Amino acid sequence: MAYDKFNILKSTAVPLPIENVDTDQLIPARFLKATERVGFGDNLFRDWRYNPDNTPKKDFVLNNPIYSGKILVGGKNFGSGSSREHAAWAVYDYGFRCVVSSFFADIFKNNCLNIGVLPVQVSPEFSEKIFAAIQADPNTELEINLPEQTITLLATGEKETFEISAYKKDNMLNGFDDIDYLQSIKPEIQEFALHLPL
Amino acid sequence: MSKTLFDKVWDTHVVRKIEGGPDVLFIDRHLIHEVTSPVAFLGLKSRGIKVLYPERTFATADHNTPTINQHLPVADPLSANQLKALESNSNEYGISHWGLGHQKNGIVHVVGPEYGITQPGATIVCGDSHTSTHGAFGAIAFGIGTSEVEMVLSTQCIMQPKPKKMRINVNGKLGAGVTPKDVALFIISQLTTSGATGYFVEYAGDVFENMTMEGRMTVCNLSIEMGARGGMIAPDETTINYVKGREFSPKGEAWDKALAYYKTLKTDADAVFDKELTFDGSSIEPMITYGTNPGMGIGISHEIPNADQVEGGAATYAKSLSYMGFSEGDSMIGKQVDFVFVGSCTNGRIEDFRAFTSLVKGRHKADNVTAWLVPGSHIVEAQIKEEGLLDILTEAGFTLRQPGCSACLAMNDDKVPAGKYAVSTSNRNFEGRQGPGSRTMLASPLVAAAAAVTGVVTDPRTLIENVESVNEVLV
Repeated sequence: MAYDKFNILKSTAVPLPIENVDTDQLIPARFLKATERVGFGDNLFRDWRYNPDNTPKKDFVLNNPIYSGKILVGGKNFGSGSSREHAAWAVYDYGFRCVVSSFFADIFKNNCLNIGVLPVQVSPEFSEKIFAAIQADPNTELEINLPEQTITLLATGEKETFEISAYKKDNMLNGFDDIDYLQSIKPEIQEFALHLPL
Repeated sequence: MSKTLFDKVWDTHVVRKIEGGPDVLFIDRHLIHEVTSPVAFLGLKSRGIKVLYPERTFATADHNTPTINQHLPVADPLSANQLKALESNSNEYGISHWGLGHQKNGIVHVVGPEYGITQPGATIVCGDSHTSTHGAFGAIAFGIGTSEVEMVLSTQCIMQPKPKKMRINVNGKLGAGVTPKDVALFIISQLTTSGATGYFVEYAGDVFENMTMEGRMTVCNLSIEMGARGGMIAPDETTINYVKGREFSPKGEAWDKALAYYKTLKTDADAVFDKELTFDGSSIEPMITYGTNPGMGIGISHEIPNADQVEGGAATYAKSLSYMGFSEGDSMIGKQVDFVFVGSCTNGRIEDFRAFTSLVKGRHKADNVTAWLVPGSHIVEAQIKEEGLLDILTEAGFTLRQPGCSACLAMNDDKVPAGKYAVSTSNRNFEGRQGPGSRTMLASPLVAAAAAVTGVVTDPRTLIENVESVNEVLV
């Protein structure tokens, strides 16, 4: 699935300082019944965001108009649990292009990279700084610079570098995906398959 | 150079290494189900690509399926639509399909091993995090996302950086009433849900060597719950005896060749792991979770820890206990139980039903408990009947449902209502996992049985007259 290219993103951010946010919270299982990749953003954080009668929960951050932006800042161990890519689709479909956390679960991180959401892992200290800055001023802007691999708190200029493999960085910058790459080496794969032990 | 078991299997499957990027890894066996595959097939269609090796992919319906009246049309139109999509996509691309009503239908991670699709030294993926189950055979098995399902369908490869390696050793004699599930929940409680993130785990030590294949599957199944990409156990005689003769296992000369490969699958004596941990098996007691992730577990006789005794933010901890309606310092013994669920890819195998039945035999289901007993496959269902377990269960007031994932993730009608408490043998106690507002306590089939007959959380050891004989049933 092709996605928008990612280069430099400057945006306010939505803070969610909760640890171990699992993908069942990002998108509960009962919303996984679609056969097409559309509309998942409406159900992002469904049970934290809405009451059983579908009225919005006032105390949940997505329902608080003072917070907005294309960056979601989560707590440690973000995206644990189920491998459902629908969780990353929901994040993307809602309008986030980047998730920041001090620690990501593996499969969620991979899923994000595969669909055009940039996971930015920061130090626990920098994570605290971001949460504090947004709490002090919800209009706090962050700059995610993918070519430079930096995340900056624009108000103070405080900055950290983040890691991403050169291959995945290139993909994100150009909107390519792994399937394009794998298709290009298919003859090599077929030759390899002739010599497997099983 | 010395290699770990993981290195040996991984390196054998690397088609190409990309500088500054992931390895291109060849996948021997691909399992698909109705929930995470439809969008992958749509991707194939939009790109106009075929499935490269349809004979390496196996489809079964499980997440959505009802557990009663499976002979009738599926009532939920969205579920019916997904099941139909799996069938039509499988037919269109020449993939074998075990849909509802098919004799081989069942939970993907239960039927894979039963039919010999799962083999030592294989690479196995599925769009489901509990694919780690198959590591019990010394395979590299892990869950993938839907984009990766599309990659495997179209090229039989995925692109993954090689994970770091961890070895977890557990030695010693397990205590009475302590099952493989307790060993796994204990390890997760020690590591937390993120303690093994970035690692692939090898389980070693006499506790695992003495375990049955089904016990090993339960342990490897839960590897993902400590953040690990997967877990594996070196194949031995137990493994080979299990694999031999199954429908999709190699036969004749192919078996001899496979056997020679299986015998190479062990960690070299001087191989080095990035991290190594050792636990004493005799210190483990029957476990239960009290919070909203699988790392929040304790020995059943212990009290819920105070926030300052656990890793993680105090606010998050308070949120979790508040959701469960529990408090720091509470005892789990005697807590209210409304539902008991035995099943899932963690504990839906015959040994789990043997364990459950061994404790409920001669007792009766508590009136306040609704019990859902859901076998993982038709083979398990048949075994329950053939071994006379169903008669014992019926006598004790229980009924048996039909195979499927069921209340593990509640994508079908088996939902725990808001505010109600469930003791579940499944793998996740996340908020709303078993239905919006449901409250889940994860435990072994023995702890589930004790809750089912007493109506409250109960230490199963207090109900077992001859605890040694129960362990014989379990291991």
